[in-house]
Amino acid sequence: MRMSRIVRTAADILYPAILIFGLYIVAHGHLTPGGGFQGGAVIATGGALVIVAYNYKEVTGWLKKNVLTGQEVTGLVGFIGVGLLALAFGQGFFFNYLVGSGSIFGIPVPYGINAGELNTAGTVPLMNFAVGIEVWGGLTVVILYMLSGLEKEGC
Amino acid sequence: MKKMLVMGVSLFIIAAFFGVMALNLTFGSPTMTDMDDYFLRHGQEQTGSNNECTAVVFDFRGFDTLGESTVLFCGIIGVALMFRKMQGGEEYEDE
Amino acid sequence: MLWNLPFITVVILTLIGLVTVLLKKNIIKILLGINILNSAANLFLITLGYREGGVAPIYTLAPSDLMVLPTPQALVLTSIVIGVATSALVLSFAIVIQKKYGTVDIDKIRRLQG
Repeated sequence: MRMSRIVRTAADILYPAILIFGLYIVAHGHLTPGGGFQGGAVIATGGALVIVAYNYKEVTGWLKKNVLTGQEVTGLVGFIGVGLLALAFGQGFFFNYLVGSGSIFGIPVPYGINAGELNTAGTVPLMNFAVGIEVWGGLTVVILYMLSGLEKEGC
Repeated sequence: MKKMLVMGVSLFIIAAFFGVMALNLTFGSPTMTDMDDYFLRHGQEQTGSNNECTAVVFDFRGFDTLGESTVLFCGIIGVALMFRKMQGGEEYEDE
Repeated sequence: MLWNLPFITVVILTLIGLVTVLLKKNIIKILLGINILNSAANLFLITLGYREGGVAPIYTLAPSDLMVLPTPQALVLTSIVIGVATSALVLSFAIVIQKKYGTVDIDKIRRLQG
């Protein structure tokens, strides 16, 4: 069932804004409230908004299940890969090898209360991105699969 | 009728048990805080993250998050298996 | 009495969830009961970690240095995500059962009862 033109236009306008807000929550997970799971859930909410505004057949044209499942797998593998990369540095699994190294996400932080700097925290933002991509793909593809189960009843 | 009575009595016992426990706890002053104080004091220098909650989730207890991601993945794979495209009119098996 | 209000809320939510799981026949209502139990456990953990006058454990422009405990919050984050996964799975089961049996009443979907 397809909603009216007002709802569809509003969903079209709101979807990029929700996407950018979710990515902001993911990227600032080590500075402000939020993180990978929350940001991914926010992006999945945007997907749900588009699915509600259009119908299932129209949405599957550009919100593809294969792409979203691939995103989910990529997120999980990336998360484990970031953890495994610590073995290459001669440390234990999940060791934070980037903190304080001076490279990407590695500048030293001021201790105590400070204003926050995006380029800190070592592997934590990388894992945030991996988990965010996983939750984004996973929660959207759950909604799509449930709708495909209801397809014959005309939803 | 008897079943409802048994259920009501057992629920009342559970309620009394939990209620006594709830009234005896003190709100606002946790007793054993050594580990959390350590996280709060040393989290910034060891992980570089301002958000201590994220530091605990992704660094100090990273294995926990690994298991959590795996559970989420398995749940979604289960949903996908349940609604997969049936090959050539295949149906769920009737016993 | 009133200073223990969060713990009393936990007890009330637990009882509501238990009664819902035990007495309802609809699968979706049972799922709602499980979710209420999940929320009660989450609230209990968060309440145990509260410190009088503490702020959220984030150092970015924090108003004070006294912070609540971060570990229960991290555990609750884990718990919430697992709750979402199990809810999705149970709802999918409900859809499949509705398609196959035409009902979601757990007393009517038993094929083998005598």
